[in-house]
Amino acid sequence: MGGLSSALGSLWTWIGYVFDPLCGPVGIFTWLGQSTILACGDTGWGDEIAAGLKVTVAVALVTLPIGLLIGFMVALGQQSEEKAVRLAAGIYTTIFRGLPELLTLFIIYYGMQILLQSLLAWVGYDGRVEINAFVSGVIALSVVFSSYCSEVLLSAFRAIPKGQYEAGDALGLHRGRTMVLIILPQLVRIALPGLVNLWMILLKDTSYVSIIGLADVLRQTGVAVKVTKEAFLFYTLACGIYLGLAIISSFGLRYIERWAKRSEISR
Amino acid sequence: MSHAEVLIPPQPAPKNLDKPLTLARVMGCLVVGLWIILAIALIGMIIEGWDVEKFTRYGPRYLHGLMTTIVLVAVSVVCGAVLSVPLAFARMSKNKVINGLAFCYVYVFRGTPLLAQLFLIYYGLGQFRPQLEAVGLWWFFRDAWYCGLFSMTINTAAYQAEILRGAIESVPRGQHEAASSLGIHKIIAFRKIVLPQALIVALRPYGNEIILLIKGSAVVAIITVLDLMGETRYAFSRTFDYQTYLWAAIFYLAMVESLRHLWNWIERRLTRHLKR
Repeated sequence: MGGLSSALGSLWTWIGYVFDPLCGPVGIFTWLGQSTILACGDTGWGDEIAAGLKVTVAVALVTLPIGLLIGFMVALGQQSEEKAVRLAAGIYTTIFRGLPELLTLFIIYYGMQILLQSLLAWVGYDGRVEINAFVSGVIALSVVFSSYCSEVLLSAFRAIPKGQYEAGDALGLHRGRTMVLIILPQLVRIALPGLVNLWMILLKDTSYVSIIGLADVLRQTGVAVKVTKEAFLFYTLACGIYLGLAIISSFGLRYIERWAKRSEISR
Repeated sequence: MSHAEVLIPPQPAPKNLDKPLTLARVMGCLVVGLWIILAIALIGMIIEGWDVEKFTRYGPRYLHGLMTTIVLVAVSVVCGAVLSVPLAFARMSKNKVINGLAFCYVYVFRGTPLLAQLFLIYYGLGQFRPQLEAVGLWWFFRDAWYCGLFSMTINTAAYQAEILRGAIESVPRGQHEAASSLGIHKIIAFRKIVLPQALIVALRPYGNEIILLIKGSAVVAIITVLDLMGETRYAFSRTFDYQTYLWAAIFYLAMVESLRHLWNWIERRLTRHLKR
């Protein structure tokens, strides 16, 4: 078992190395940054920044499904027939769309710490609790993402005519089946532009996790700046990396949009 | 042939059945209960941790921070609006070079985080101190407040340029053509016919942009500007009291919600003539 997991671990490291766009075998810094301040390895800051890029991408990729799921639930809640459910969902979106992302991050980071500490003290454990910065960053970002996502999904839900639900009922489909087979495919198509926008915002918002100490791109470049005093170079590089992520994902998203629209009439 | 001999006497209205206790209802009540418990806990926390000394020490600082945030947002929105006009026209121009430059500007500033832009301007430009001193701009880039203002301005200019361009392009072509067939000069047609229609379209995105900027302005606290977030961080670093963040949340929520309602009111008022 240990051998297998270590083999898997080394395979994962190897994959991470091969597909590393900055420090991999075909990485930018490997080719262009040799023997400069950006070299990979012990002499330069290339590998640190590459590690930061991985953290940034990981935060964004982990946040996305969680945020989408919570957002979907909240959107369902907002158009529920029950007043209590609508009220609860409304409070959620109002609060988290009104708070700055940075403040949400701090509130969740310190609030979870206090909450866990008091819970554990209640149980009888008296130690210091440290919350993982990655986990609280992902939670805070998915909370913010989901509250915006619910608005996008809600307006998409409203764009789907009632007859579609009735058609599902007429065919004798179960509620859940109607949702999955009839509503969701249309929902994705309508909501996609809004969700694409939210993904771009999420990519930029990941920069906030650097403030609670997670070693993402901005944090790593900040560390490099403190040591080398080359602020302009490194922060330009950080901006460039975020821009590169935006450009790459816009290409990917264009492909997804074309896939979603494949059954529409071409005009 | 048969027909009814007696009419059916009037029936009472069907009784209102009690709503069944569905899962959704239970869940909804639970979640609302959770919110209420959370609110009570927060209020309890504030009452329990109430300290007159802290209040007199940090209360005025919070208000000062609030003023800083409001001034910062107001000035950058106005400056950004001024800067966005030439950008929007450059984006609409047929000249490929001008169009490309404006596109690059908008893409770069919308594609990178405000935090990174802020660091680039505050720390990055600080590296060019001798050059900036020679030009006589060092006083500007030395101060964190001016740097925050500058980065927020150029950031919001990019967003506002896109809003303005979208709004102007949403006005149908026929409006231009009608104006020119009436012999109205292009500039006057733009000012009196196109712009009023475009600004109504742009009203809601502008409101959203201001709200986003209020929320985004919290990042200037990272470069030591004492805005609302900065004062909060200062108070937290002195007292290690979680309440400090809750007070900031209350202030931000109040700001955003009142702006949102004000904007809804303005929009209702300005679009009266479009109601059917």
